[in-house]
Amino acid sequence: MTQPAATASPRRRLSFEWLGVAPFIIFALMFLAFPTLYLLAGAFIGRDGQFTFDNIAALFTDQIIAAYWISIRISGASAILGAAIGLAMALAIIRGRLPAPLRAAIMTFSGVASNFAGVPLAFAFIATLGRLGLVTIILKTVFGFDLYRAGFNLLSFWGLTLTYLYFQIPLMLLIIAPAIDGLKKEWSEAAQILGATPWQFWRYIGLPILWPSVLGTLSLLFANAFGAIATAYGLTGSSLNIVPILLYAQIRGDALQNPGLGAALALGMVLITACANIIYLVISARSERWMK
Amino acid sequence: MKQNRFWAWVVFLAGAAYFVVPLVATFEFSLRMRRGYYSFDSYASVFSDPTFQATFSYSVIIGLFAIVMGIVVVVPAVYFVRLRMPWLRPFMEFITLLPLIIPAIILVYGYIRLYNSSSIIPFTGSALGTDILLVFAYVTLALPYTYRAVDTGMRTIDVQTLTEAAQIAGANTVQIITSIILPNILVAVLSGAFLTFAIVIGEFTIASLLNRPAFGPYLQNIGANRAYEPAALAIISFIITWGAMGMINVLGRFAPRTSARTD
Repeated sequence: MTQPAATASPRRRLSFEWLGVAPFIIFALMFLAFPTLYLLAGAFIGRDGQFTFDNIAALFTDQIIAAYWISIRISGASAILGAAIGLAMALAIIRGRLPAPLRAAIMTFSGVASNFAGVPLAFAFIATLGRLGLVTIILKTVFGFDLYRAGFNLLSFWGLTLTYLYFQIPLMLLIIAPAIDGLKKEWSEAAQILGATPWQFWRYIGLPILWPSVLGTLSLLFANAFGAIATAYGLTGSSLNIVPILLYAQIRGDALQNPGLGAALALGMVLITACANIIYLVISARSERWMK
Repeated sequence: MKQNRFWAWVVFLAGAAYFVVPLVATFEFSLRMRRGYYSFDSYASVFSDPTFQATFSYSVIIGLFAIVMGIVVVVPAVYFVRLRMPWLRPFMEFITLLPLIIPAIILVYGYIRLYNSSSIIPFTGSALGTDILLVFAYVTLALPYTYRAVDTGMRTIDVQTLTEAAQIAGANTVQIITSIILPNILVAVLSGAFLTFAIVIGEFTIASLLNRPAFGPYLQNIGANRAYEPAALAIISFIITWGAMGMINVLGRFAPRTSARTD
């Protein structure tokens, strides 16, 4: 600490600074770092208190692997669709020059919808696409189309993905809008003057510039869906076999079952969300290389 | 260009349909409680339920404590890092992003393991201790948003000059933070507060696994046992979220227009 101090008592000032930052650091250690590390370390400790890989090995049962696979598919699908649709909507609003008040209204709505997750969202979709939902009934009585006989089920891969999109699309919209605002008008004008078609502009200029932000948001959306439990739980109770619900059931029944297995499940979840973020970091580092 | 605009409207309308239809359907469903005609019976049923009142006020109180604790934890830290320890910034950014990467269910599982009744700090050993744990869990959930709101707020004011002026006038550090810095970033702090509230009020996972009588677990319980009340509750929750977000928008108009020293 060799910061030039303006006053006569540099040492006291310095300790005061640490005193100000201390609550934050203690808080981060107590409620973020220690609990997570303690839990994840538990994945390698057996019932007898010895180091073991048994808990990790116990993950490789059909049910648990199926749960991870469904979770990855739902999170992946809702993240990719959410990012694509969110990007399309952001482009439509900003580059398609829709009226300014409309844009403000959409941004506000996105703020609301991206936070409207969890149990109430599940209720909303049950009232919409459930067996007695409005859309289901209208399709049946007006168009003579029975959604559920056609194979649709709200408590399925597509049902859950469709529900998750309700908060994924607005989140994408909110995060990507500033990046699209950053695309200068001069660039598309210059491209146009040089004879580029709109498609060429997006292919060679627009999307490459937006790419790192899109990928970054994609990994955020993935983690967002992967850890989400309340929406799924509100829709299905504990009947759907996805990882967070499996873990929820495991925690509830902790006293009876193997706590090491729960910790191993948690470790798997953290590894997968961390992976999504590392992939993003690598790709964005690559795509930023030429931008310097 | 004209074609461009046409497609913009098509995309917008398709998106709008996806977002509006569930709201309309939910509202319609919530009115169906009486056979034959629409009524607000399901809302009356919800509001007169003592459990609704109890769990909702419990969540409001926990939310308010989470907001206050969030401010106490974040504001001084951001202030000192900005003023004297800029090298800590990347560390702060990283820490405050973690709650977006670590799912809530893993955090709460860690709490249950680490702070059980036979540990050194037995938070979950008593009801009050669990309430305190729940407050800090919510501070953690809201941390990414609180930190960014406060950080953005501090960026728009000249922390350095304000601090020097206050010091010359004889203020101590606590006075500087509470009566100089905090009022100047009030709009940003309140935005963070309303966002925290929106996140916390219907939170299910943590409250349910800590076994607290909060609004989120109540919602889930009603969903499993009733037909029309869940739709009414979904509409009520949506209005609450809308209210919190609307307040942030209104506050945004009062944001200070001064800017930081750029030297």
